[in-house]
Amino acid sequence: MAVCIAVIAKENYPLYIRSVPTQNKLKFHYTVHTSLDVVEEKVSTVGKSLGDQRELYLGLLYPTEDYKVYGYVTNSKVKFVIVVDSSNTSLRDNEIRSMFRKLHNSFTDVMCNPFHNPGDPIQSKAFDGIVSGMMVQTG
Amino acid sequence: MDQDSGVASGGSFISLNEHEQRYYSGLHSLCQADTSGNLSSGRVAELFKASQLPPGSLHKVTEVCGAKRLGYFGVPQFYVALKLLAAAQAGLPIRLESVTANLPLPRFAELKNEPEMWHSAGPPITESQGGQSGTAPGSVSWAPSDRSTFRHPEVSLEKKESWCPLRSPSSSPPPSPLTYCSYLYSKQRNGADSQITYEGKPSSQPMSQLEQHSSPSNYRTKPTVEHLTAAGASSAEQLEQQGVVDYSDDDPWRITEEQLEYYTNQFKSLQPDLGALILGGVAKNFFTKSKLPIPELSHIWELSDVDRDGALTFFEFCIAFHLIVARKNGYPLPESLPRTLRPEFMQQDESVPETPESVEHLIVFEDAEVRPSQMDQGIIKRIQPSYSTTKQDLKEESCRQDASLKRVTTSQEKRTLQLDAFPRRPEPPQELEPQMRTRTRPRSYSSTSVEDAMKKAEEPPTPPPRPQKTHSRASSLDLNKLLQQGAPGVKSGWLPPPPALPPRPSTSQVPHFINTPEKIPLNKVQQPNFADFSLFKEEEENNVKSEERGLHRFSPSTEDSPNTSKQDVISVHHNQAPQKPIRKKYHAESQNQDAIPPPAVSHPPTAKPAPKLLSRQRREIQMAIRKNKETNAVLTRLNSELQQQLKVRLSSRRFAYAAIAMCTHSGVLTYLGFVTT
Repeated sequence: MAVCIAVIAKENYPLYIRSVPTQNKLKFHYTVHTSLDVVEEKVSTVGKSLGDQRELYLGLLYPTEDYKVYGYVTNSKVKFVIVVDSSNTSLRDNEIRSMFRKLHNSFTDVMCNPFHNPGDPIQSKAFDGIVSGMMVQTG
Repeated sequence: MDQDSGVASGGSFISLNEHEQRYYSGLHSLCQADTSGNLSSGRVAELFKASQLPPGSLHKVTEVCGAKRLGYFGVPQFYVALKLLAAAQAGLPIRLESVTANLPLPRFAELKNEPEMWHSAGPPITESQGGQSGTAPGSVSWAPSDRSTFRHPEVSLEKKESWCPLRSPSSSPPPSPLTYCSYLYSKQRNGADSQITYEGKPSSQPMSQLEQHSSPSNYRTKPTVEHLTAAGASSAEQLEQQGVVDYSDDDPWRITEEQLEYYTNQFKSLQPDLGALILGGVAKNFFTKSKLPIPELSHIWELSDVDRDGALTFFEFCIAFHLIVARKNGYPLPESLPRTLRPEFMQQDESVPETPESVEHLIVFEDAEVRPSQMDQGIIKRIQPSYSTTKQDLKEESCRQDASLKRVTTSQEKRTLQLDAFPRRPEPPQELEPQMRTRTRPRSYSSTSVEDAMKKAEEPPTPPPRPQKTHSRASSLDLNKLLQQGAPGVKSGWLPPPPALPPRPSTSQVPHFINTPEKIPLNKVQQPNFADFSLFKEEEENNVKSEERGLHRFSPSTEDSPNTSKQDVISVHHNQAPQKPIRKKYHAESQNQDAIPPPAVSHPPTAKPAPKLLSRQRREIQMAIRKNKETNAVLTRLNSELQQQLKVRLSSRRFAYAAIAMCTHSGVLTYLGFVTT
């Protein structure tokens, strides 16, 4: 269960950010922003071979005392960032991967929509639904 | 009493309007019918007593309705009894004749159990007074809460809807009962009204009658129903709404025939091939014209693009269009696809995609060449549903239909037929026809496949105007082009595609040719026809049917006859046979395909140097097919394409043909001629 989920465009501006409302959104925005540097670093080091899911998934970007940040980059350099609570130790790597997979699928569906202009913020109910399903279900 | 008649009438002459039906069924359930449908006499007696009628009347009612005779209250008897009660309360004599009158609903005082039925009565009580009681008699509210049985005179419109909110306990003192009743009455009435309006039933009638009856027969007149009415109306409306919603769920989300036809025409305007997809960009531009906000359109797209491929199939397009129409009419967009929209179409959709595939197989099987299913589909579209029993007829029709379809005005039926025919292709077209016909419009997709199949079997009407044997995409594109050009020629020349044409590879070529015929100008068609015809005559072998076809083709397109090389063309056709037969089939089904065949014709010949004997036969067939195709349409394009291709191919064989190929059709003919000679 994620605390915050963000989709960053290739130009490093957010297409979609959604956090658990109880927390300060700004904090998450900041966290996601800082994680971009880590993403860039990982992407550059991962290598050229693309298409491999493993490489799309970047894994734990960096842990902080409060939470852990996971990253995932698509072939079009769109980045997904998931922030999970550190206290939530039950989340395994596979689960994070599956979350990213779902995000990616939903994102492609959004992209396939001809009424969506790439680069616009994502305003898809289906996408929202998927994200809600992955967020921490706290009030 | 005519008990017998009463019994008989129990079900026969009683005409209950909506409210009555609801009311009665509610009462029926209230009386706890046993498994056989008979009501417990105890409950019935209770109900009768609640009607506040004198026991004598009740007995009479029982007698008249036939229950006395039968010894129990069956449903018909019960309903008759209710009607009689209403009549009695209205002051009419208790006779069967009264039943036929348009009576207000019988009023029952304080039925304890009436659960949902009398909801309407309950709640408004508190309001009472207000009166707008449009109707003089207050509505009796059943609400169990109101033990103010004095209601009885009131008519309680039984709104099955549970106007729970209305069930306010009737603690109102006696004076208010009047208002209460009236309130309930009005409420019910309003509810009924709204209900009625929704259902289109004139509630005014029962209402008015209620008023009339209630006034005279009411012990008390409840003048003040107004306020009740107001409250009741809202609640009633809510209930109505609820009921309506369910009802409307089917309506707005179900596509009617006219809508489907309209959608199909729109689809064709965007993409003539019903089996093809509308690309996202095209759809976007189209739907943007509907002036709906982009986010809504985006949502509609999400709902309708069920396979998530960024393009709309015909069914997806219908779904999207329907959602847009619904939205424009004010219906809110659903979060998920309504069941009536989705599953239906999905089912149909499934059938559709299958057919093309099957057609493909068929094509391959018969023609040993895989004609692009798309082409088939395109042909299918053009194919008209009206298949004749024979394949030839089918082809003819299809050809003609194709031509018309191309205009985008083709009736959907045709398409459906064609589509249906498509899957059956290998089988006699006749089978296809009935199948196609049975299918509904949405099946058109499948029909095309059937038609294609048929075409192939018979002889591909017009080989897709593909220059080469590249089946699949190329041909389909050609077909589209051909189709768009219109298939005037097809009809003229290529009549019944030679069903007998064996699905030889050569025939496949011909169908290719035939497919295009839709728009093939007569001239062009004539040429191929001519060529085919001549060849056919010469051959007069297996293709009897092809002869016929050729003749058909021939007549319209005698112009092109200069194809001395028809034979050559035919031979060329043979070469192209693998493609042609498939095409021919399509052609048979949809003459439109003729346009396409020409290219196909040219295509095959160069490609395959079929054996002479077979080629001859093929030639005949192909010629006929080609002729048809050409006549149909697209000859111009095909010709040019074919010419080029022929040149390329023929150059390997005979360069001379290339020169002949200059003529749209003749090119192929010459090639064939060469082969034969």
